[in-house]
Amino acid sequence: MMGTRIRSVTAGTLATEARALRETGGRMQFAYAWSPNADDIEVRYVAALPERQDFETWLVRSGNQVPSLAHIWPLLGWYEREMMDLSGIRFARHPEPYPLVLRDGAPSPGNGRDFLEYPPINGKYHLPTIDAKDVQRLPFGPIRADVVESAEFTFFYVGEHILYYQPRLFFKHRGMETRFEGCSPDYAVVVAERVSGVGTIAHALAYCEAVERAAGCDVPVRARALRVLLAELERLYNHLHYLGHLCSTTTLKVGDAQGKLLEERAKQLNARLTGSRFLRSVLAPGGLRRDLAPDQWLGEALEALRIEFVAYVDRLEASESHLDRLITTGVLPKRVAFDQGATGPVERASGLDRDLRRDHPYAFYAELPVAVTTFEEGDAYARERVRIAEIEAAFALCQRVLIQLEPGQIRTDCVAPPLSEGLGWSEGPRGSLFYAVHIGGDGTLARVKIKSPSFSNWRAFPLTVHDSNMMDYAINEASFGLTIAGCDR
Amino acid sequence: MALWTLFGLASGKATTSWPAGDGADGQDGLLGMPRYNPEQCSEGCRICADVCPTHAIEARDDKLSVDYGRCVVCQLCTEACPTGAMAPSNDWAFGVGNREDLVWASEAAGSAVPTATAKPAFRRSLHVRHVDAGSCNGCESELQALNNPFYNLHRLGIFFTPSPRFADLLLVTGPVTRPMFEPLLAAYEAMPEPRWVMAVGTCAVSGGLPGGNYACATGLEGILPVDLYLPGCPPNPAALIDALMIFLNRVPQHVIGGRVRG
Repeated sequence: MMGTRIRSVTAGTLATEARALRETGGRMQFAYAWSPNADDIEVRYVAALPERQDFETWLVRSGNQVPSLAHIWPLLGWYEREMMDLSGIRFARHPEPYPLVLRDGAPSPGNGRDFLEYPPINGKYHLPTIDAKDVQRLPFGPIRADVVESAEFTFFYVGEHILYYQPRLFFKHRGMETRFEGCSPDYAVVVAERVSGVGTIAHALAYCEAVERAAGCDVPVRARALRVLLAELERLYNHLHYLGHLCSTTTLKVGDAQGKLLEERAKQLNARLTGSRFLRSVLAPGGLRRDLAPDQWLGEALEALRIEFVAYVDRLEASESHLDRLITTGVLPKRVAFDQGATGPVERASGLDRDLRRDHPYAFYAELPVAVTTFEEGDAYARERVRIAEIEAAFALCQRVLIQLEPGQIRTDCVAPPLSEGLGWSEGPRGSLFYAVHIGGDGTLARVKIKSPSFSNWRAFPLTVHDSNMMDYAINEASFGLTIAGCDR
Repeated sequence: MALWTLFGLASGKATTSWPAGDGADGQDGLLGMPRYNPEQCSEGCRICADVCPTHAIEARDDKLSVDYGRCVVCQLCTEACPTGAMAPSNDWAFGVGNREDLVWASEAAGSAVPTATAKPAFRRSLHVRHVDAGSCNGCESELQALNNPFYNLHRLGIFFTPSPRFADLLLVTGPVTRPMFEPLLAAYEAMPEPRWVMAVGTCAVSGGLPGGNYACATGLEGILPVDLYLPGCPPNPAALIDALMIFLNRVPQHVIGGRVRG
């Protein structure tokens, strides 16, 4: 697989390899299953090795019985449960062997039943038994107040104090990975753009890079530079929304309005540049579907937006009522962030100095100075400050690309040969995103695995909620900046 | 200490007066549904139907059938079309009361202007309960934008309400995933009558990209009675406001027989 070195590992040595990876300072990224043909099933683990720009993939062919690695790499727990649900693989001695993605008794890919003839029901799900005096149970969702995505949260609490918190996700599981199957790689970018709306570019970019690696094609410089511009514009509007939303949870009304207004300005710039407020319909394997004309107007508009943003942040930093609610709220310790696979601004706020743009450069990032900001505190305030720093860096990167942008080609031929495969990645506004793409014998997509940043961060988030208090919950959740569509897919 | 109130007052009004007067709708440069010009089609050509990922364009009996209720605005057809018969356009205001009006029809067949049906009598107070039945969160992002200072939905007397018990209109996004089927019906049942349903985004109208696979239904079709359809991927905030105003009989419907009139 291009973008990664493949190594066969047996089920017997898997645990040893996993421990060795940990001890040498490597990091497990994600795992998935795929069937190259009807009787074969492979489990693949993708890992980052220290000081190496490409990734390493372990390939395990041991039928549908594989030892669980969740006790060595806790972040793998969810990937293993997902494989149990969707691919029927059994992970021996899994610490949480409950359904994750599907509901009990729901059909899995391939044997869909008629929706209305068998109205789907949700059944019961696994919750710990907490049978102590005065402990109350509060289920919240999946339909919650305000315009938000669907998910159900259960709180066990006494008074204001939360003892235990468990999110039930995957209400929005749409089977997006299977939607790619059988599609032409050229056109399936449209599907990638719709996995998570506010991560359109991050998803499309990782997808395109994966197909391009499978095809072995070199994307023209102008297209690569414009991809960086689009990716940073996406970061801008996402982070601006985040600041407004965080203010709404600390009831800073004008700060809320101003953040959302700046986000709206950024989205209107997106529409003017690409015809889409979400920057859709531009990327394609091999480059861009059409050229963009940022010329001078975009640079000027971004500078005007930046000046307003700087004044906005100065005000936020001087608002004690806002800061008081963030400092020491929802602390995610560095060790927990690493073990549970937290990613993006969340991990960087917990002292983990990682960013795919710098550590595994793609698109045009190798030619640009990528500033990575980290904090050690791991609280909501650190997460806010990481995002503020990333907005500043995004403005700078956009201007830099606009200065360096030269006329030229925007697309090259990109045909991934039959039975090829590729790994693509991008650092989206919420963190690391991977696409593993397998091309079938007929040249169409046979399997696409999506590792989204919110899947990783939802896994880490509950650990900051246990033993906290109700009044901080909304602030803490907002400070993580999670999406549910990306997680549930 | 930050002087937010002073800052807010000094910043003045950010809200557009649109749709009244000559206010900006904020959608400059935005690409909408492709405009279908059948007279420009070449004989037997079906390139657009072949690239369309949601069968919004289908070749039937040597003719094309175009259903904007299935269009995800991906622009693949406008790029593939060799003659300009599928042309990029800025037509995004696609709110309609009847599903049939999203299907392109020849001038003669689709000329009947829909009459206002039983709608809320309260034209200037509408309470909306939103339910996400499996969207990609693009629709939510735009729905949340409705309450930013630029659009400021409140000024039109339209409010989002936390409880379905206070709601007149159930606004649904997403293709209806299996786990959201039960909660969606429960929300509808909890609403007092008379109640109305709005399908927002192509997923809710017809299933969109994932519709009909092992995990989801094909939108609200066959699940809830829909009074207002708004395809788009996602529909922008101005399109959402426009559709709600159509529902309240405050502006006329623009799309009839799959084409924008006037």
